[in-house]
This record gives sequence, C-alpha cells and structure tokens, in this order.
Amino acid sequence: MKKIINDPSNILDEMVSGLVRSYPQYLKRLEDTFVVARNDSNKTKKVGIVSGGGSGHEPLHAGFVGQGMLDAAVCGQVFTSPTPNEVLAAIKESDQGQGVLLIVKNYAGDVMNFDIAKDLADLEDIRVEQIIVDDDISVEDSTYTQGKRGVAGTILVEKIIGAAAQNGASLDELVALGNEVIAKTNTIGLALEPATVPEVGKPGFEIADDEIEYGVGIHGEPGYKRQKLVPSKELVEELVAKLDKSFNGLENKKFAVLINGLGGTPLMEQYIFANDVLNKLEEKNVQAAFTKVGTFVTSIEMAGISLTLLELTNDEWLDNLNADAQTIGWGDTSVK
Amino acid sequence: MILVLNNEQVIEWMKQYQEQISKNKHMLSELDDAIGDGDHGNNMDRGMTEVVKTLEEKNPSTITESFKIIAMTLLSKVGGASGPLYGTAFLEMSKASKEDAELASLIEAGAQGIAKRGGATAGDKTMLDVWLPVASELKQKSLTSQKLEDFMNLTKDMQAKKGRASYLGERSIGFVDPGAASSKMLFETLLSAIK
Repeated sequence: MKKIINDPSNILDEMVSGLVRSYPQYLKRLEDTFVVARNDSNKTKKVGIVSGGGSGHEPLHAGFVGQGMLDAAVCGQVFTSPTPNEVLAAIKESDQGQGVLLIVKNYAGDVMNFDIAKDLADLEDIRVEQIIVDDDISVEDSTYTQGKRGVAGTILVEKIIGAAAQNGASLDELVALGNEVIAKTNTIGLALEPATVPEVGKPGFEIADDEIEYGVGIHGEPGYKRQKLVPSKELVEELVAKLDKSFNGLENKKFAVLINGLGGTPLMEQYIFANDVLNKLEEKNVQAAFTKVGTFVTSIEMAGISLTLLELTNDEWLDNLNADAQTIGWGDTSVK
Repeated sequence: MILVLNNEQVIEWMKQYQEQISKNKHMLSELDDAIGDGDHGNNMDRGMTEVVKTLEEKNPSTITESFKIIAMTLLSKVGGASGPLYGTAFLEMSKASKEDAELASLIEAGAQGIAKRGGATAGDKTMLDVWLPVASELKQKSLTSQKLEDFMNLTKDMQAKKGRASYLGERSIGFVDPGAASSKMLFETLLSAIK
C-alpha cells in the first residue's frame, strides 16, 4: 500500500482539517466533530440540507457544502457511516426553524445512524425528514438484499434539492421533490482496479490485469459481470443498454448526464468515455440537456467510471441543476 | 433459580469483552473482508476501548446506568452498522433492566432491539443468529461455550439477506458472519464474567 498519509487511524481528522483550512471561504468544521458546515456570509433563511456518510468518496459530501447545495456534511470514518451524535450536530447547525432534510445513501449503516439522529432531533423539537438515494441499478431491488445502493446520482439529488431549498421550498415540498428525482435517477458503473482502505491495508477485491467488472459498488461491493477489458465504446454500449432497460427505453427522452470518475481514472479517459456516451445517446435520439464530467463520488483510488442518467420529466429540475452554486465539488458559478 | 445480573458483573463483562475484541480485531476484520468491507474489527475495537474508559470515568452504580453508558458510547463511537445495532441492543437492555435484572429477559430485550433497528430475522446471516438462540438458551439455563461456537458457525451456511454481504447473494455462503463472530465473543465473556 502506497499512500500519502500519516497514522492510518488519524486519516479522518487530518483530512477534514486540511479541507476546511484550505477553503475557509466556503467551509468550517464544527468543534470536536467531523462535521463540515457552510462558512460563507450569504446564508438566507431556508430549510437546512444535510448529507453525509463514510469518507473515502471525496469530494462527496463535504465538497458539496456551500450556497445552493448542502448546509452541512457529516464525515464518517473511511467507508463507515458517521455516528448519530455527529449527524445531530450537523442538524442543529443547519436548522433555522424551518426544519432539516437529510439526504442519505441507501446503506444499512447510514440509514440506521441517520434514523437514530432523526429520533434525537425529535427530542429537541427540530423537525427532520430524510430521503434515501438508491440509484445504483447494478443491484436489483429485492427483499432479499439491502436494496439498491446510493452512488454518484446522489450529487444530482443534492444539487436539485439544494437549489429548491435556496428558492424557498418547504421541508415537505423538498421530501416530495427528492423522492421524485431519486425515482428518475439511475447509475451504473464499472471498475478496472480496486481501492485499498488504509486501515485494512490491502485491496478490497482482486481482479486480473486485463479484466474489468461491471456494477462494482463504491465500497468495492461485487458487481454483476466480469470480462476482459474492451475499448471505451464497448463499455459504453454495455452501460447504456443497462440504463436503457432501467428506464424502459431512452429514445426521445430528455436526460441530465453525469459521468463520474471513481478516483483512479484520469479526466483524459473520462472525456473519451463521455464522447462515446454522447455519441451513443445521439444515436438513440436522446436529448442530453445537461452534462457534467469529473471526479465527484469516488472510492478512494479505485480506477473506474460510472454513468448516471436523470430523466428530466420536469423542466424545473434542469433549472435547479443550472442554478448558482458555490462549492468546491460542484464548482463555484459566481467565479467568472 | 433465576440468574440476575449485577453491576460488578457488567463492568467485568465489558472489560473482558474489550480484551477479546482487541485480541481478535484482525480476525474480525478478515471475516468482514470476505463478505463486507473489512472494518468490523477496527470499529468494534475503537468502540469497546471507549466503553471501558467511559465506564471507569463515570463509575455507574446500577446496571441500568451502565447499560445506558455502554449504549451511548457505542452509538457515538462505532459508526457503521455495528454501532447502531449494538448500541440499540444495550439501550433496550438498559430500559428492560429498570423492571427486571434477569439475564435472559435482558438479552431477549437486546435481541428484539437489534431486530427492530436492522429489520433482520432469524436466518438472515446476522448477529441476530447468535442473539436469538442465546436468549432462548439463557431462559433454559443451558447456554455453553460450545453452543455459542455452534451458533456462530451456523451462519457459515446461511445466505446473507441484510447489509453489505447481501449483495453477494449465494457467494456469501461459506463465510461466518462477522457480527455473529463478535456477538459470540460478547456472550463468551458474559459466561466468564458471571461464573
């Protein structure tokens, strides 16, 4: 294992510290916690938006804290859900009397810890609701598993919800909006190389030099198919076919397209992949009304990529995606 | 004769459990690595070290207080799925101990808490597959170390239906569930502490 770290058990503390000290114009750390909150001076009265989860997915979630997206993000240990008291601290920081919405990815630990935090907030008379993102179509929704996982599509949900909250939507409206958007968001990815959790010290799975695996999760959860590496065009063919099925056909529909690097795949390859995706969508007469390419939801140094499609059944969603945001991860639209 | 748990036994139990977890943390992480994400040993070790420290600092005098301290420490220090599950178990045991300190009813309350929080049932290849049979063996005063070992090993042939391991489907068969393994240690040290 080669990593630029000090003590593996100190990773979270040092990472959060480095992040907020590098970007004080956006971020601050709540004392004695791993909660990253807004530090800008443009705060307006609105519903608080909080997300979080295990670390190792940077810039998710702390990188999306800022005007137009999240008010606070709760950072857990690497690939480990944060604890309820930390989530509660983020809720209290973000509440301005209009309640707080929690955006949670569908993992057993996250769902339970955020749920306990919601109970704790109830005791303090803060109204809290949560929406569960489960966009990974690699996994079938089934009573025999935890269900679909939350992956890259989470940032589209955070952006749309963040913009709607900024525009004054109520907590109930945000819950309804969030659930509608989640239902129209599907992601499928593939991995070339595994990630190594520093405290574990060895790769999360083994894969031959010339092999790839479709559908691997952002913690190295097993995917649905392994094969020899093929050119980008053929990878796109497989992923788009999977998405086509999940939407009951893509033809003549309008989508937001998110191409996300998993941490170890350079932008050069992401743009090549994007080019193939856009060709394929054109071929199918799909309107890509919004596109975003980059490294947003990672799995430490995993090499791989994911493709997210969000069906824009409501024009306001597109406006929300294009609305101002001032964050490290999404970008800062106020910088011209 | 019913078996009643006293506070000294609870403190001793937690000390022994912490030692067991610390000694076996790599083994637990390796079990987790096979079907989960490889952090169970480290997470439990971080939590139990803190539990023993907090019990020493706060020096509780009743099992109700002790269980509550254990619960809140695990909830706030462990994270992941094991934090809320073990935390909820001890919180339910704290509540139950206000009425009755009988061991079997306490563990039964803990098991029900885990089932409610995680939504699992018997046979889903989770820690519950140790907690549920332990609760009924305690009722019959027939729990032994060997039975604990057996309960844990039975999870090997089960297919996971909850948590991260569930994504493996049939490939989860053949591995002991890490939560069942840490639960087995919990009850082994309980047997030793009440001896």
